[in-house]
Amino acid sequence: MTYLAKPRLHHPSLAANELGFTRRDYEGSVSTLCAGCGHDSISAAIIQACYDLNLPPHRLAKLSGIGCSSKTPDYFLGASHGFNTVHGRMPSVLTGANLANRELIYLGVSGDGDSASIGLGQFAHAIRRGVNMTYIVENNGVYGLTKGQFSATSDKGSKSKRGVENHDSAIDLVSLALQLGATFVARSFSGDKAQLAPLIRAALAHKGAAFIDCVSPCVQFNNHAGSTKSYDYVREHNEAVNRLDLISSRAPIHVDYEPGTTTTVTQHDGSVLALHKLAEHYDPTDRIAAMTYLAQRQALGEVVTGLLYVDPEADDLHNSLDTVTAPLNSLGSKELIPGSAMLAKINADLR
Amino acid sequence: MHPTRTEGPDYYHKVVDCQWACPAHTPVPEYIRLIAEGRYSDAYMINWKSNVFPGVLGRTCDRPCEPACRRGRVEDEPVAICRLKRVAADNKDDISSRLPPPAASRNGKRIALVGAGPAALTVARDLAPLGYDLVLYDGDAKAGGMIRSQIPRFRLPEEVIDEEVGYITGLGMEMRLGQRVDSLKDLLAENYDAVFVGTGAPRGRDLDLPGREEARANIHVGIDWLSSVSFGHIDRIGRRVIVLGGGNTAMDCCRTSRRLGGEDVKVVVRSGFEEMKASPWEKEDALHEDIPILNFRVPKAFTHDNGKLTGVVFEVVEAQYDDKGRRRLMPSGEPDEHYPCDDVLVAVGQENSFPWIERDIGLEFNEWDMPKVDEVTFQSTRSGVFFGGDAAFGPKNIIWAVAQGHDAAVSIHRYCQGEDVQDRPPPGFSLTSQKMGIHEWSYDNDISNDARFRVPQRDKVESLKDVRLEVELGFDAGLGFSEAQRCLNCDVQTVFAEPLCIECDACVDICPVDCITFTEDGEEEDLRGRLNAPSLHLDQDLLVSDKLKTGRVLVKDEDVCLHCGLCAERCPTGAWDMQRFTLEMTHATSMTGGGACQNR
Ligand SMILES: Cc1cc2nc3c(=O)[nH]c(=O)nc-3n(C[C@H](O)[C@H](O)[C@H](O)COP(=O)(O)OP(=O)(O)OC[C@H]3O[C@@H](n4cnc5c(N)ncnc54)[C@H](O)[C@@H]3O)c2cc1C
Ligand SMILES: Cc1ncc(C[n+]2csc(CCOP(=O)(O)OP(=O)(O)O)c2C)c(N)n1
Ligand code: SF4
Ligand code: SF4
Ligand code: SF4
Ligand SMILES: [Mg+2]
Repeated sequence: MTYLAKPRLHHPSLAANELGFTRRDYEGSVSTLCAGCGHDSISAAIIQACYDLNLPPHRLAKLSGIGCSSKTPDYFLGASHGFNTVHGRMPSVLTGANLANRELIYLGVSGDGDSASIGLGQFAHAIRRGVNMTYIVENNGVYGLTKGQFSATSDKGSKSKRGVENHDSAIDLVSLALQLGATFVARSFSGDKAQLAPLIRAALAHKGAAFIDCVSPCVQFNNHAGSTKSYDYVREHNEAVNRLDLISSRAPIHVDYEPGTTTTVTQHDGSVLALHKLAEHYDPTDRIAAMTYLAQRQALGEVVTGLLYVDPEADDLHNSLDTVTAPLNSLGSKELIPGSAMLAKINADLR
Repeated sequence: MHPTRTEGPDYYHKVVDCQWACPAHTPVPEYIRLIAEGRYSDAYMINWKSNVFPGVLGRTCDRPCEPACRRGRVEDEPVAICRLKRVAADNKDDISSRLPPPAASRNGKRIALVGAGPAALTVARDLAPLGYDLVLYDGDAKAGGMIRSQIPRFRLPEEVIDEEVGYITGLGMEMRLGQRVDSLKDLLAENYDAVFVGTGAPRGRDLDLPGREEARANIHVGIDWLSSVSFGHIDRIGRRVIVLGGGNTAMDCCRTSRRLGGEDVKVVVRSGFEEMKASPWEKEDALHEDIPILNFRVPKAFTHDNGKLTGVVFEVVEAQYDDKGRRRLMPSGEPDEHYPCDDVLVAVGQENSFPWIERDIGLEFNEWDMPKVDEVTFQSTRSGVFFGGDAAFGPKNIIWAVAQGHDAAVSIHRYCQGEDVQDRPPPGFSLTSQKMGIHEWSYDNDISNDARFRVPQRDKVESLKDVRLEVELGFDAGLGFSEAQRCLNCDVQTVFAEPLCIECDACVDICPVDCITFTEDGEEEDLRGRLNAPSLHLDQDLLVSDKLKTGRVLVKDEDVCLHCGLCAERCPTGAWDMQRFTLEMTHATSMTGGGACQNR
């Protein structure tokens, strides 16, 4: 960590996006995490993705729980809305905020402890309801903030820094998310921003519950031999099924790869994802196949990364509840207090 | 690409852009830090060792360091390096006890120095503590050369010259002032062990145009006129003055005229305003004193009436470029212009002239009638006769004269000790970690966001009343501190140790200027095209690591690194460290008498 604010001076050729913001304008206050923590790289990828998306910072709401990972929203997008909730409760606060104001873009940031231990139930329900959000778990296999206890995502048989073995089965959040009906599921690695940033970009643009499990080494407590969430282990076992290259809204796609090596997925709203295939027969729109593939590869000890599943027909909670299209705070007393005639009508309907 | 070789004195020296650009390689960031700490005397002595005339140079240096300064590549303006030097000089305590003590014993060698300008005074300063018997000759009554005779007092007060020349002459040497050397042959006959020629470029070019002779009483050669002003022989000029020429001498002439009765003073130059030789700040100062600069006008004739100058006729030209991009001044077709005036100052260039050096003493001259001088040793073709300063390679400036003086002194010392003058000890250097704690460094790494501060000036009306009144007031301690904080500490180097790196990207993420890239290896050109931020200056080095665990390499573009140390603070393994680079230039004083070199 450092006590100094990052100097305002920047590279002379730092470019502005369509909104006139540079990448540096999407930064937050300086990180207080340990030097080398994977979480900081994820923050950098979020910054890059928001800059690339020309996202107006005030249109984004960042919500998190408790943990080192959950502290990170302070370190990016300093001009966005933020809510640091209680441990494991980010999903319900996010759901509530989303229902109240559907016009903001919701980014939930959580940890493996925050989401797979105390917050597992909350995680499950937000996903299965299809809340329109991007949900990132910064997964280091430990409770970093409370000094490195095994978390629920720690692999069975992996060892703690002190050499103690983990006997509990691991929860795989990706498999869970697939099962629970997430409409965008990806896994990535904090040490591979080239893969991660486009995935975050696509997730932010996806309408529905988008989930990214991002392996993010804890240099302090879980970066030793015997860990399955260390920089070295993940680099050795990383099997990427694809690389997301392009995301465009409706524009015709031109991709340079050889025929057959690129998949394009056109989503409900007309936006197009172009994926460079790395695993030959992998089809990211087939949920059952994705689950099978993951299970097989996991058994071999591989960490499968990439865009694992996307439902082109995704929809969200507002649609299923048929809620009012305007944010609640924009409704006037006329809409909110429709009067006694309306009340009588409703009551009549219920008889 | 091969991993960058950072061994040896050059790689990290080059990163310190200002020090690299300074002909005397003054440790700029080191003295700037001392100024920020209020340690003015220490800052002064660092300068004194490198550039000999900190008070003089802090007011007048041509400052090649400033265009080189990294800060000028990151934001609009470089650090005011030159004027910070003056802060040290103005605020120091009495430093006389820190000057070198007289030599414990004489070494029996006698050296003659011809001319007592900055070049010869530097040689004298470097040799005096070693026990040489030095004899300085100068045609002028006081030592200092053009520092005293040419640079106007409103830019450089006489006390500053007296003080700094005094530090040198006080080291013990024989001053033969007011004594011109008229024959080198005769001087050599006096059996000196070596002779140093530092006679400068004393002749001002004239303009041989119609009317020159007839109007001679009111047409003056710039540098002769300036020295007459400096020595108090001239104290008036006409009301309307035309200065011909576009260099710094022209700027001094016009500004001096404004102080000696010139009310309507203008500078007229052949070239365009942009291409003028004068430094931008000198032009700015002239314009500030209401002196218009008219460009693209070539003088054709002096007009006169009854032996009295009445004005100058100019041809109006324009710049045209040939297919090679070379510029030529062509007639514009506009009618000639006549500007009336009372006096003309001709400042169109300066030349060397060696009427006092015989051509039959084994000292060869080249086709431009300049002595043949070795660019490294400064020795002429006659062994034992050395040159330096403007006398060696034509008119330059004080800091070059000083740098050449240091090198010539090394040669003279080696020569007198019977050593090979070509065999010169390399500079010494060291790298020292600045780490004091997890995020604590022994330098202030918090980068200031301030823009360059302006040096306060005396009120214009008051300034123009007296040619001896210094215009610039200098930074006070507060402004000096703030300006010093703008320095990026480029001597505190980012040193990378491959085996420790775990490729976590922390340094990449924190670097405010996107200097750092982890990527596949490649040749330099290819690598430069794949950096996280475009590589803008090919003369700025890349620091390329050996192969890392993933097979990639780390590439750091040195160009705009702020030396903020955040990469090292964020590195979990200490693969980055901030280490202060110090360079110890080879001076005669840093070599022991017997010739064995001790340069640290
Ligand atoms: C108008 C003007 C303004 C300038 N302003 C600046 C400035 O602001 N900053 C800057 O860096 N540079 C400036 N310069 C240039 C700078 O003054 C010179 O480059 C520098 O002084 C050269 O130093 P030197 O030791 O080589 O010779 P000089 O300073 O020229 O000294 C040579 C000395 O040798 C003496 N001499 C010559 N022949 C003989 C002889 N035969 N016998 C005995 N003595 C002799 C002369 O009297 C003189 O004192 C300026 C020059 C001029 C003309
Ligand atoms: C209700 C509650 N229970 C327990 C804690 C203690 N606690 C703080 S953070 C944390 C675990 C954080 O782990 P994770 O979400 O993986 O974040 P990391 O620090 O690893 O990024 C725990 C158990 C708490 N703050 N609140
Ligand atoms: S304890 Fe671990 S997770 Fe927390 S900041 Fe340090 S390295 Fe990151
Ligand atoms: S910032 Fe300081 S050290 Fe760097 S080039 Fe400028 S003056 Fe020199
Ligand atoms: S010191 Fe390190 S972090 Fe700071 S600008 Fe230089 S490379 Fe970047
Ligand atoms: Mg964790």
